[in-house]
Amino acid sequence: MNMITEPAPDTTSSAGTGDHPATDRCPATTVSPIGRSGRRARQFVLRTPGGALSLRVRARALLVGTALLLAAAAIAVVNLSSGDFPIPVGDVLRSLIGQGDPGTDFIVHELRLPRALVALLVGAALGASGAVFQGLTRNPLGSPDFVGMTVGAATGALVVILLLDGSGLQVAVGAIVGCVLTSIAIYLLAFQRGTQAFRLILMGVGVSALLEALNSYLIVKGRLDEALAAQVWLIGSLGGRGWTEVTIVAITLAALLPAVVHYGRHLNMLALGDDTATLHGVRVERSRAVLALASVGLAAGATAAAGPIAFVALAAPQLAARLTRSPGPGILPAAAMGAALLAGSDWAAQRVLPDNDIPVGVVTAAIGGLYLTWLLAREWRRGR
Amino acid sequence: MTQTTGVLTAPHTAEPVRAPRAGHAWRRGGLVLGVLTLACVLALSIAVGSRTIPLDTVWHVLWHDDGSAQADIVHQLRIPRTLLGLGVGAALGLAGALMQALTRNPLAEPGLLGVNLGASSGVVVAIAFLGLTSPSAYVWFAFGGAALTATAVFALGGSGRFPTPERQVLAGVSITAVLGALVWAVLVTNRGTFDRYRHWDVGSLADRDSDTLLRVAPFLIAGILLTLTLGGRLNALSMGDEAATALGAHPGRIRVLGVAAITLLCGAATAACGPIWFLGLAVPYIARLVTGPDHRWILAYAVVLGPVLLLGADVLGRVLTAPSELQVGIVTAFLGAPVFIALCRRRKLGAL
Repeated sequence: MNMITEPAPDTTSSAGTGDHPATDRCPATTVSPIGRSGRRARQFVLRTPGGALSLRVRARALLVGTALLLAAAAIAVVNLSSGDFPIPVGDVLRSLIGQGDPGTDFIVHELRLPRALVALLVGAALGASGAVFQGLTRNPLGSPDFVGMTVGAATGALVVILLLDGSGLQVAVGAIVGCVLTSIAIYLLAFQRGTQAFRLILMGVGVSALLEALNSYLIVKGRLDEALAAQVWLIGSLGGRGWTEVTIVAITLAALLPAVVHYGRHLNMLALGDDTATLHGVRVERSRAVLALASVGLAAGATAAAGPIAFVALAAPQLAARLTRSPGPGILPAAAMGAALLAGSDWAAQRVLPDNDIPVGVVTAAIGGLYLTWLLAREWRRGR
Repeated sequence: MTQTTGVLTAPHTAEPVRAPRAGHAWRRGGLVLGVLTLACVLALSIAVGSRTIPLDTVWHVLWHDDGSAQADIVHQLRIPRTLLGLGVGAALGLAGALMQALTRNPLAEPGLLGVNLGASSGVVVAIAFLGLTSPSAYVWFAFGGAALTATAVFALGGSGRFPTPERQVLAGVSITAVLGALVWAVLVTNRGTFDRYRHWDVGSLADRDSDTLLRVAPFLIAGILLTLTLGGRLNALSMGDEAATALGAHPGRIRVLGVAAITLLCGAATAACGPIWFLGLAVPYIARLVTGPDHRWILAYAVVLGPVLLLGADVLGRVLTAPSELQVGIVTAFLGAPVFIALCRRRKLGAL
């Protein structure tokens, strides 16, 4: 692909061409877009000749995204090098490019690499899913875990673990089926001449309560060992993840991330209201449907691989938006942030308690819950 | 907690009141009907179970403990269980009504606002770090947890210039998330605690030793009495802080008393039975349909309706999956979640 760069056209003229500036403040967004500086951000457009494919890139977003990716990779390398048998970082890197000795290769490639990759990929999928979801619901609290999708995935997985005695791939399939069915149910329940963000979230709360009751019932009925395993799965864990899980989430990302990035350009337009978006050449219903389905798919793939890990999808887009000082959650920076967050949380989960590998979901929930409490307190003090 | 004119409308005005307002006669009739229903449910709760005992036999052994197997079942199992359901149902119904009145939020509910989980996390601490094993010993820890979360949710959910029902629910959810993480961190690294907790966590009236009822009864009774004395003042509060002050009420004092009562009610109920969802949501809602906005009537109805729903759900759980039984917490969630969803669909929700 022969990319050419050019300075971005003036925002006012670009609006008329169906292109739209990333710096739009959205009047319909009642909870604040984050960057409120009036300065015009420096940005440029990558375009294929003929303009069939184009991507507007803000310099700061590119910089932050790259830095986050590097940070995520660095944390992953630290995870690969530490453990019961510490391996120097240099040896880890040599092993990764195929120059290591057999013993190191075994530990790095067979034991630690799958887990590190699952952390990165699941984090990225959750971050991207959250960014799309928050863009669609126009709400910083819109997140797959809030609207009950991950609880539905958990129910699907529990049914497979506890009732059907399944494992591995079967659990993942159960989780995906549960997640998709729950999402459809919530959407239909929330639909009343269109959907409203808050109704969607409240329906999620209601359906979650129902499914959580079902989950705790299934756990009471199970034998202690199975129930404990199921509970660990319910919290979200990266322990014992292998290449199967890497494949699941890698395929999910490869299939859905391009679609999400392509249609994600319409999120800011959708935020202006359906009429305005239509006027600017956005096919509203199709964009929304593709984005919603892809977001559900990303969350489902991530959950199938690692269990319902809380709060990454909620916090990653917000944190990324603060760093990039952009009005809305950018999808790719959010994905990079998700990867860094989850890799870091996994490091903490393995190291916080001396001889216990606690599920990573505990770490993310603790961090995320505190973050959310702070976010709510701050938004409300501001009177929004 | 500052309230502004934006939220001066009380929850009942957001809900269309469907019942005809025929004055006291209508409300009194409804209450009598409720008490009769409660009597029927009490009888069912004693008679129905994995082993159904004919009502006349129940009546006989109730007064003449003849040492038969049936007398044992009735006296050792069914009566304590029914009394526990009576107390806990009344407590949760009242707690729901009280929370809705204090927050002016028709969606307020001990489960949704995280107070139940606060009590639960206290219980986890009790099991894991102090090795306590019986619900009657959990009660203080449940109180501590319930009090902390109730205060935190009210502080967070009631702050800001425009507190809305939805935000209070979200405050509950986010505080719940932090507590939940701590609970799980303890549970998954501790097999024994996990086993005990999972049985307690579903919310059940079964397998509670008879000591449980005696231990929590004083707190339940204190909470119920305290709540009932608040009725008139809640009416004043529902007109807004300024109007309430003008009428001679003290909004701050009412809230402190209210949170204290909620803590007593939810802490004791949760310690005894585990977290039970949606009862606190449904009871005041049904009560308001009949009584209209007067909190004195709503509270009176809640005392009667709470046990009717809880014991009804408990009996239903015993019948549905006989000979084993479905825990009452699961039945209430399955009956209550649809009600919650219906409520949210009916409310005209503004954008965030």
